Amino acid sequence: MDGASTPLHAKPDVEDSALANDFAVELRDVVKLYGEVAAVDHVTMFIRHNEFFSLLGPSGCGKTTSLRMIAGFERPTSGVIAIDNKLMGATPPFRRDVNTVFQSYALFPHMTVEQNVAFGLQMKGINKDETKRRTQEALELVRLPQLAGRYPKQMSGGQQQRVALARALVNRPKVLLLDEPLGALDLKLRKEMQIELKTLQHQVGITFIYVTHDQEEALTMSDRIAIMSRGKALQIGSPLEIYERPNCRFVADFIGETNFLDGKVIEVRGDFATLELPSGQTFVGRVSEGVRAGAHATLSVRPEKMQLLENASSTAANTYQVTVFSIAYVGSDTRVIINLGAQRIDVWEQNSSSTLNPDDYFFKPGENAWLTFKPENALVLAG
Amino acid sequence: MMNAIRERKRLQIFGLMFPGAFWLVVFFALPLLVIFVISFMARDELGSPVPPFSLDNYQQAFDSLYLNLFLFSLWISLLTTVVTLLISFPVALYIARSPKRWRNILIFLVMIPFWTNFLVRTYALQFLMRANGPINTLLQGLGVIQEPISMLSTPVAVLIGLVYGELPFMILPLYASLEKFDWAMFEAAQDLGADMRRAFLRVMLPMTMPGVLAGSILVFVPSVGSYITVELMGGGKINMIGRVIASQFGVASNWPFGSAISLLLMVVVTIAALVYFRVGRGERMAL
Repeated sequence: MDGASTPLHAKPDVEDSALANDFAVELRDVVKLYGEVAAVDHVTMFIRHNEFFSLLGPSGCGKTTSLRMIAGFERPTSGVIAIDNKLMGATPPFRRDVNTVFQSYALFPHMTVEQNVAFGLQMKGINKDETKRRTQEALELVRLPQLAGRYPKQMSGGQQQRVALARALVNRPKVLLLDEPLGALDLKLRKEMQIELKTLQHQVGITFIYVTHDQEEALTMSDRIAIMSRGKALQIGSPLEIYERPNCRFVADFIGETNFLDGKVIEVRGDFATLELPSGQTFVGRVSEGVRAGAHATLSVRPEKMQLLENASSTAANTYQVTVFSIAYVGSDTRVIINLGAQRIDVWEQNSSSTLNPDDYFFKPGENAWLTFKPENALVLAG
Repeated sequence: MMNAIRERKRLQIFGLMFPGAFWLVVFFALPLLVIFVISFMARDELGSPVPPFSLDNYQQAFDSLYLNLFLFSLWISLLTTVVTLLISFPVALYIARSPKRWRNILIFLVMIPFWTNFLVRTYALQFLMRANGPINTLLQGLGVIQEPISMLSTPVAVLIGLVYGELPFMILPLYASLEKFDWAMFEAAQDLGADMRRAFLRVMLPMTMPGVLAGSILVFVPSVGSYITVELMGGGKINMIGRVIASQFGVASNWPFGSAISLLLMVVVTIAALVYFRVGRGERMAL
C-alpha cells in the first residue's frame, strides 16, 4: 500500500510548483509505536495552507494519534513533523502554533465562557484591552456573545462545541486541529455544524485538520481526505478522487457502497483491464495501479453506476442476463438485489418519475433482467 | 388521602433519622451542654465544678500565656497542613495516574498505618528519632555527624509527628479529586499556550480544589487540638492547647477552666474552617 499511496499525493504538490515546498503541515515517514504495535505506520502527508484536510478511518486506524503528534501531545517514534515549514522535533504543545478542538471539548469548568476563550490570549501575554476585544470577536464569530458570562455546564452540547471552537480560533493559529468535534452532537445539529464549520474555515482562512470516522462528514466538508487504516494512509485525495478512483479495495469499500467481483485479469489494454470471474463471465473496467494480466484482481462497481434493462444485446461489454432477487423502495431510489449466477449484486435505480403504481417499477423478484454498465464506471483493483 | 401519605412519609424520615439523631444528642449535644455549663462554674479544693457562675474562666483564658498557646497551636497546625499538602499532592497524583489495577493496591498501602494503634506508631517514631535511635546511629556511622542530633522535644519533632499521623487524611480526599480529573483539561491548557506550571496553577489546582479543601480541614482541625503527638514528640517541653486542656482535666484538676478553653478552641477552629471555605469557594463555584 505504501507504494500505491505515494504518487497520488505527490502529484498535486508538484503541479503547484510555486508552493511545492510550502506546506501548513508536513508529516514525513512518521511512525508511532506503542510497544510492538504501530499506531501510525510510515505516514507521509503534505497539508496545504488554508486547506480543509480530513483524516478519515475506522477507530484505531491512527488518525487521532496522528493529530496528537501534530499537536505535540505525542512524539513520533521516528519520522519528521513540520508545521508552517518549521521542524517540530521535541517542541512542547504550548510552543506550537496550532490549537485543538477536543472531542470532549475540554472546556475549563471553573471558568466562564469568556474566561475560557480568553485563556489562550492571557497565556500569550496579550494585553487586557486586546484580549477583551478579541474574545468578544471570537464569541461573535460563533454567535454566542450573549452567553459570555455562563459556565460551560450551563450550556447545551452544541453551545459548548462552539465555545471550544472560539477558544481555539481566538489564538489565530496556523493550523486548527479538530478531533471528531461533532461526535457528541445529534444528527440534525451535526449537519448544521458541518456547514457552519466549513463556512467558518473559509471566513478565517486557517488550515483545518479534521479527524472523523464519518465518511459523509469528510466528503461534505473536506478539500482533501486521507483514508487511514491500521496506521497507514492508504489514499490521499479530493472527495471526488477518493470516491471515483479508490486506489485499493479498502478505500472502495470504506467510502460509499460498492460491489466487488473477484476474478483473474485476462487482459490489460491501455486504461482498461478485462477480468474473468470464476463462473466465466468477463467484465471490463478502468485499470488501477498494480493490476497485471494473469493476476487476481477485484472489479469494484458502485450500485448507482449500473442499469437494469428489459432487453439488451448480450454481445455488449459488461452486459449479462440476471435474476432479480429483491426490491426495496427507499424514496429517492429503488434498491434492487440481483443474482448473476452465485454472485449477488446491488443496483440502485434512481426514481426519476413520480408515480403511485407499483407496477411501474417493472422488475419483480424472480424475473429476469439485463444488467449493464459502462467500463469507465467500474474499477479493476489489484489483489 | 394526601395527608395520610404525607404523614407516613414523615414517619419514615423520622425512623431513618432517629438512630443518628439519638447518637448525636446523647453523645455530642448533651456532653457539650455539660461542658458549656461547667465552663461558667468555679472549682472546689478537689477540682469538682461548683457554683457560683461567672466569666472568670474565660477571663483567665485570655491571659497572654494561653493566647500565645492558642496562636502557637494554630501556627503549628497551619504548618502541618501545608507540609502535608505538599507531600500528599504528588503522592495522590502518582496514585491517580497509575494503571487502574495498581490504584487500589496503592490506596490500600496508604491506609495500612490505620491497622496499627496510633500511640504505638508515635512511640515508634519517637524511638527512631531518639538521641541513640537508628537515625542518629546511622548518621554517625556514615560520618555525617559527630554528635547525635537532639531531634525530639522540638517544635519540628511535633510537626513531623503530626504530618506523619495526618498524611492519609490528606492523601485520600486529594486522590478522590485527582482520580476524577480529566487530563484532556491539562492538555487543553497546554494547547492554549500554558506551560506545565501554569497549566497546573490555572487549571488542575482549581479543578481539584474540593479535595485540597477537604484534606486541609481534615488535617488542620485535629492538629489544633492534638495531644498524644505533642506529649510524645514534644517530650513535655512543647506545649500546645490540647495539652493544656488535658492537664486541666487531669493533673491540674480544674474542670471549669478546661471546659472554657475547650469551648474557645471549638469556636476558633470553626471560625478558621469557615474562613478557609470562604476563601476556597471562589475557586469551587463552577465545579
